[in-house]
Amino acid sequence: MTDKTVALPGHAGFIKNNLRNYGMLLSLFAIMLFFQVMTDGTLLQPLNLTNLVLQNSYIVIMALGMLLIIVTGHIDLSVGSVAGFVGAVAAVLMVRYHVAYPLAFIACLLVGALIGAAQGYWVAYFKIPSFIVTLAGMLVFKGLALAILAGQSVGPFPPTFQKLSSGFIPELFPGAGTLYPTSLLIGAVLAVALVYTSAKSRARQASHGIEVEPFGFFVAKSAVLFAVIVFFAGLIASHRGLPNVLVIMTALIALYGFVTTRTVIGRHIYAIGGNARAASLSGIKTERLTFLTFVNMGVLAALAGLVFAARLNTATPKAGAGFELDVIAACFIGGASAYGGVGKVGGAVIGAMIMGVMNNGMSILGVGIDYQQVIKGLVLLGAVCLDVYNQRR
Amino acid sequence: MTAILEMRGVSKSFAGVQALRDVNFTVEAGQIHALVGENGAGKSTLMKVLSGVYPHGDYEGSIIFDGEERRFRDINDSEALGIIIIHQELALIPLMSIAENIFLSHPPSSLGVIDRDTVYRRTQELLAQVGLTEMPDTLVTDLGVGKQQLVEIAKALSKRVRLLILDEPTASLNENDSAALLDRLLAFRAQGIASILISHKLSEVARVADRITVLRDGRTVDSIDCRAETVEEDRIIRSMVNRDLAHRFPQRTAKIGAPVFTVKDWTVHHPLHRDRRVIKSVDFEVRRGEVVGIAGLMGAGRTEFAMSLFGRAWGERVSGRVWLDGREVNLSSVAAAIDAGLAYVTEDRKELGLILDADVRKNITLASLGRVARQGVIDDMSELRVASDYRNRMRIRCSDVYQQTGQLSGGNQQKVVLSKWLMTDPKVLFLDEPTRGIDVGAKYEIYCIINELAEAGKGVVMISSEMPELLGVCDRILVMNDGAFVGEFAAAEATQERIMRAIMRNKEMDKKALQGELQL
Repeated sequence: MTDKTVALPGHAGFIKNNLRNYGMLLSLFAIMLFFQVMTDGTLLQPLNLTNLVLQNSYIVIMALGMLLIIVTGHIDLSVGSVAGFVGAVAAVLMVRYHVAYPLAFIACLLVGALIGAAQGYWVAYFKIPSFIVTLAGMLVFKGLALAILAGQSVGPFPPTFQKLSSGFIPELFPGAGTLYPTSLLIGAVLAVALVYTSAKSRARQASHGIEVEPFGFFVAKSAVLFAVIVFFAGLIASHRGLPNVLVIMTALIALYGFVTTRTVIGRHIYAIGGNARAASLSGIKTERLTFLTFVNMGVLAALAGLVFAARLNTATPKAGAGFELDVIAACFIGGASAYGGVGKVGGAVIGAMIMGVMNNGMSILGVGIDYQQVIKGLVLLGAVCLDVYNQRR
Repeated sequence: MTAILEMRGVSKSFAGVQALRDVNFTVEAGQIHALVGENGAGKSTLMKVLSGVYPHGDYEGSIIFDGEERRFRDINDSEALGIIIIHQELALIPLMSIAENIFLSHPPSSLGVIDRDTVYRRTQELLAQVGLTEMPDTLVTDLGVGKQQLVEIAKALSKRVRLLILDEPTASLNENDSAALLDRLLAFRAQGIASILISHKLSEVARVADRITVLRDGRTVDSIDCRAETVEEDRIIRSMVNRDLAHRFPQRTAKIGAPVFTVKDWTVHHPLHRDRRVIKSVDFEVRRGEVVGIAGLMGAGRTEFAMSLFGRAWGERVSGRVWLDGREVNLSSVAAAIDAGLAYVTEDRKELGLILDADVRKNITLASLGRVARQGVIDDMSELRVASDYRNRMRIRCSDVYQQTGQLSGGNQQKVVLSKWLMTDPKVLFLDEPTRGIDVGAKYEIYCIINELAEAGKGVVMISSEMPELLGVCDRILVMNDGAFVGEFAAAEATQERIMRAIMRNKEMDKKALQGELQL
């Protein structure tokens, strides 16, 4: 039944073919190495690394939703304002009206879903360009945040809510000196699990006669993957252990990675971006799916807004301003196409990390906010140019 | 008379398909020269060679205009000499005024500032020449198609025009507008402007043309001097279609069973002009194992008929009843139509059929991912197995099923689209121009697939503008014109001439009916 004629190319050819897949990851490592050297090792100090995670968590969370939007060929400019607005709603509920934390949390996610639905409705069913709808949304929710906060900062939040951002997972084996063994253990388990599943999938593919990466390459790749995860787990474990946010983020990345690559709904989203008319003539409900990607974006923007508010421990009218730019940039740096149909969750996450490491590294180096923006802008342009050049070749 | 244009030995091929072979074509000064032929006979290609759309070097042969050999690099070169082409799809900008459209590329101006008075005055003059009384600042979108066509001609006249080329100018015009436009051509002839008229409407051609040239399969097969000889429509039709059909189609013994797909009273309105009926109370039936062909000219409503049946993918205010396998079904969405057992292979595979950036595997499984998934999770190995299976069965030539579909040849792309629809396991397949733009070998393979489908007891409906293929493949051929079936032929009794006559006759009848109404 299957086709066993697929020839194995030489190892050199294989590595060259796959270089592009790993190019983004390599750039991230290069940038990290650069700042690690330039900051005399400050970048990867445990405290700073934890901070880096906390600082970028909300960008990564929103990038997951934005990737789906961009893949369907749309854009959402309102996410920053929506995150700020939801943070404000959370503050009003919890601080002003003393609503219990879990209830307020769920209410805020629902608000996000409603906002996404409202915007998605115009985009999907009325065919109004998403750029315009979400530009309007950006203004509306920025204004509404200002209005419900009456122009003031509202805080502090109840301590249980703050734990969302500033908390760490509980230590099961306390008293092991400066190290947090539970976090290290989780890291190690994760690393083993990842290597195991990729080995299993490789074996399965080989048994179906599909071209797989050469064994040596696979072993090297797995070893590097294992080492990197354990290394970072070690760093994190030597500060205060795994931040709660990192756990949420990792779970979401895994979930969205799975949905985009392995599920019917994920395939349909890519089909819409690839050719909406062909997709709709293949029985895919393009309008409903586009609508749902906006609802999803609303929920993730709300979650990001909650994480950000919890981190600042206060809701300010200015919260979320400009987040949309970092989020969109993360997706494009990560290889998503502005024409739709192309983009990976892993790419968007790496794109967000590149932005985060640059922000953090340049701040440590004392680069002013002015030139930070210039450099980030140029990196965005450069990354996309490189991608376009690669595709023309 | 002296020749203003002489095209000598023009040949042109596209990726191995010969579109023009050694065509000789002469237009004399002040002559209206009609160019007729089937869809795909090479008329448009010849005109694109002439106007420089295909630059010198892209074709063989030579173009002599005004006694000199010309080597046009692009359309500007030919326009500079006064060769102006007006395409079937009008090139006007709807939200600009008539005057702005006419003087779009070179408005009279000084120092880059447009001289609006001159533009206005000259537009008035030009409109008078084509018989329009509209104000120059009327928006083009507020004009009917007939008047838009005349604006295009006025635009041509704003340049120094020596030879006017009109590609089916009356295809979307009503009787009065067509007559007005043809009168313009006669008036231009009196002023010494030559024109080339491409048209399917033989009565029009006979009325205005001084000479008629017939193209078939990229060759000139007949040329009639209307002054010296009487114009017989039968002769033109015979020249248009006469071809050797032997050995181009695989044989099949038809085993026709019970009706599998029945349509009654199917009516569809235009999505934009909601009062215009595009499909008019059509009844239709396909039986198991039967291949039904639908012939007709472009714009007859064939694609609209098929697409409206396929989950109302086209049209508004769709009404009518449909039975599949004797059970009445509701085809209100594409997904419902697929579930019911309908498949529609689109006429435009690149725009509507495929995701060119995605690999072959993803395209094949797109319409039936549920078959390789459990609880919404795709089983990638089973997907790969199914896709490779179709690749082997349909002989899709690709390096593997992970190859990007956009990299395949037209024929192989079409096989990917067919695989996609076969995977949905349909009872009835609509194939809309399934062999358009693919080479002869791949065509033969597609015909073989159609035969296999019919032998497997499916109902196949083939829409095609290539009559030989309808005759070679179908068991029954219907002729559609203006949103209704106007003729039906069993395979044994069908000939290209009879089909073409059914199409043409009906055009004439339309015309007479319309005139009758006008007289009342």
